[in-house]
Amino acid sequence: MTTTTGAHPTRRLILQGAASVALLGLGNLPFGAAPARAAANDKYPEEAFKQKNEADAIKALYGRTAEPSDKVKLDAPEIAENGGVVPISVTTSLDKVTSISFFVAENPNALAASYRIPEGTIPAVANRLKMAKTTRLTAIVEADGKLYSATKEVKVTVGGCGG
Amino acid sequence: MASSIRVRATSNGDITEVQTLIQHPMDTGLVKDSKGEPIPAHFIQELKFECNGRDVFVADWGTAVSKDPYVKFSFKGAKKGDELKISWTDNKGASDTTTAKIA
Repeated sequence: MTTTTGAHPTRRLILQGAASVALLGLGNLPFGAAPARAAANDKYPEEAFKQKNEADAIKALYGRTAEPSDKVKLDAPEIAENGGVVPISVTTSLDKVTSISFFVAENPNALAASYRIPEGTIPAVANRLKMAKTTRLTAIVEADGKLYSATKEVKVTVGGCGG
Repeated sequence: MASSIRVRATSNGDITEVQTLIQHPMDTGLVKDSKGEPIPAHFIQELKFECNGRDVFVADWGTAVSKDPYVKFSFKGAKKGDELKISWTDNKGASDTTTAKIA
């Protein structure tokens, strides 16, 4: 976004200033400069769990969008024979992780689970989720105030012969 | 009543690995019973792990977490014999708490 050359300190300052103003504007949240949400405050994110589609749920939970990152490793089966119990885990090599969340795009409510990771806890979680049908699965890791994501397509076969 | 929470916390040097299995129906509110009546939503909303007076892991769950939920994580800063306190509350206000010794 910013094309700083380094040769013009004042120009860079102006650009940085503009960028942070833009970010604050985009945030559009009651907590002004506070980092996007959430992980820090202790409340159950009721609104985010009510959102139907993935984009709205991510917005309700974090108030911003995530960028894909290969530092987030999402492990899920390619084919799930039982959509009621799909083992999912995520690990990351990112530092300063404060939360990890799972979104199942085709479920009635996209947000499935959100984990708060305090300092001293390893940023890795394994759990089991329900999936209504074949779906895109997204894991979002909040690290140092930024969001990183990994996605994977999981095929849910109903009625069982694995086919 | 026996606790709904089963925990295994094992220390491996500085890192403690915690595996938890909870008995809970985790009903979504979308499924109907044999008479065609919808089964009301009933699911765990918050699951908290505390060790030595601080939260080490907090889960916020929706209805998409599987029945009898399982979760695994690891944390630093505890040693063998320390107590880990686990508690959950669901959307109907029910809750359960248990403590486990780190082995």
